[in-house]
Amino acid sequence: MATKEEQPQALENKEEPKEDGELPLVVVLRPKSFNLPLEDRLQSHFHLLDPNDSPDESIESFLSRRAHSARALLCVGLTPLTADTLCLLPSLELVVGSSAGVEHIDLHECRRRGITVTGASAAFSEDAADYAVALLIDVLRRISAADRFVRGRLWPVKGEHPLGFKLGGKRVGIVGLGNIGSQIAKRLVAFGCSIAYNSRKKKPSIPFPYHANVWDLAANSDVLIVCCALTEDTHHIINKDVMTALGKEGVIINVGRGPLVDEKELVQFLVRGEIGGAGLDVFENEPDVPKELFKLDNVVLSPHCAVVTLESFAALQDLVMANLKAFFSNKPLVSLVQNE
Amino acid sequence: MESIGVLMLIPMNSYLEQELQRRYNLFKLWTAPQKPQFIKGHANSIRAVVGNASAGADAELIEALPRLEIVSSFSVGVDKIDLAKCREKGIRVTYTPDVLTEDVADLAIGLMLAVLRRLCESDRYVRSGKWKKGDYKLTTKFSGKTVGIIGLGRIGMAVAKRAEAFNCPICYYSRTEKSDTKYKYYPSVVELASNCQILVVACPLTEETRHIVNREVMNALGPKGVLINIGRGPHVDEPELVSALIEGRLGGAGLDVYEHEPEVPEELFGLENVVLLPHVGTATVETRKVMADLVVGNLEAHFLNKPLLTPLV
Repeated sequence: MATKEEQPQALENKEEPKEDGELPLVVVLRPKSFNLPLEDRLQSHFHLLDPNDSPDESIESFLSRRAHSARALLCVGLTPLTADTLCLLPSLELVVGSSAGVEHIDLHECRRRGITVTGASAAFSEDAADYAVALLIDVLRRISAADRFVRGRLWPVKGEHPLGFKLGGKRVGIVGLGNIGSQIAKRLVAFGCSIAYNSRKKKPSIPFPYHANVWDLAANSDVLIVCCALTEDTHHIINKDVMTALGKEGVIINVGRGPLVDEKELVQFLVRGEIGGAGLDVFENEPDVPKELFKLDNVVLSPHCAVVTLESFAALQDLVMANLKAFFSNKPLVSLVQNE
Repeated sequence: MESIGVLMLIPMNSYLEQELQRRYNLFKLWTAPQKPQFIKGHANSIRAVVGNASAGADAELIEALPRLEIVSSFSVGVDKIDLAKCREKGIRVTYTPDVLTEDVADLAIGLMLAVLRRLCESDRYVRSGKWKKGDYKLTTKFSGKTVGIIGLGRIGMAVAKRAEAFNCPICYYSRTEKSDTKYKYYPSVVELASNCQILVVACPLTEETRHIVNREVMNALGPKGVLINIGRGPHVDEPELVSALIEGRLGGAGLDVYEHEPEVPEELFGLENVVLLPHVGTATVETRKVMADLVVGNLEAHFLNKPLLTPLV
């Protein structure tokens, strides 16, 4: 890594990046296996610098050599963007995130360096909200369990399938009333659910009751839907005490991040029947899922796919293009991440 | 005073059985080794029949019960009851409207989400260990899809209200256009199917609506269209449905009802664009209790010569 004194000398040795008809440079960070569906569209407007194109070289070497004057970076999927990498990009002004969450990006370091970050939650929030509601209906009405029952040819044999529970009248506590949380609330109101929430701060424009801590929210809810960002403060925000407060018939839906929930505790609660059920799209150690859950009919499991639809990926491409184009034409960015 | 005989046709709810047993002389038809003899043997004391979506008082049964005064159905669908015969003989009929509307509508949306987002398949994907080998594929967004409803009654309206919360445009078909609604009307089911992405069956089953979803409708709905049936099995031409799904002429289906329950066409078991439920539209603890109370309440009112709570005939 070049130090301040070495930099002027190092500059002379740098290979000037080839600019295709002076297209702006955009660094692309992606996992090796992750193909960039956006590539064609991006390449017609930008010159992409992708370390994966130089597989015999380390990322550090590639970036030092080629990306010195790059002002923008596209972070694909959940590829971590660390302070170390940011050090190699002295001209960087913009990071374009392409996932719903941004906890894999060192926001603190970006802020320190005056780098703007855009997120992609606008492309995903409807799908995420749809999926949270889907998981809740599935758990309460036993949809996946009943589908297994029918496909297992048990209906003619066993007759009745165990009864589910009505959605109407259920008290739903939303943990994190951001974009996704608000959309979940809007949907569930139509089913006759009552909504309350916990968030970092109370939102004065929201008509639903606010609880200052998650334990209080759980004590006053039949269902908890976890859709907040994963930060240092929210790690294991759903812990043993919260699960106890939610109660024996309580249901937990997690479409946020695995580490928001104390998974070991949740498994114990479910196995012992101390909680009513769970719908989980995310886990602490994906793609590993605790095997004890596989035998349970009051649990619905999905492979981190709450936002994975054709439509959201198309919207994501549009959003990424819009942010990059706006940046390079000095226009206002479309989806800034609000830093607090 | 002689006790009142009530004939229950099939098991449907143990709380209901218990409540009926406390008040009346309850005859459980399904326990009889010889049903016709059983009926004949108790015909003199049976003044009420309790049926449900699967079994009702047909002409033959009504003829065999000369003292029958009331049929109280543990359902809102009354297609298994010979209503004409009941009217002819002055037999009252009650059912359970309104109390189950929300559950059925909730399930319709649940089925839409489960089919489009491949919920059951994804769950199988995780439980079978396949996630360790790779991510599941892209699915189809639900929000914003156009929902077409056949029958804009209580249940149809409740489905529309829920779908609107997902920004779904709503359109419908019914026997006559409704003047008090903002939803777009189509004068035929084929036109409705051509103009929506998700088609929901929510009308009563009558002679006119049998096979209302036929091959032509399914072709109109198309390779990206999804059929949701929360009505009655006979609303849909089942063999045509199976071939439409297998041949890819229809994009997917969420089914709670079938032509010959509890039989489900085996060809559907291998399809990943189908969700199959065992007629659970009203199967919640809360709603079944309210339905049971309504059945008992109607019988009590009748035998006390009070106005019936939810009469149909």
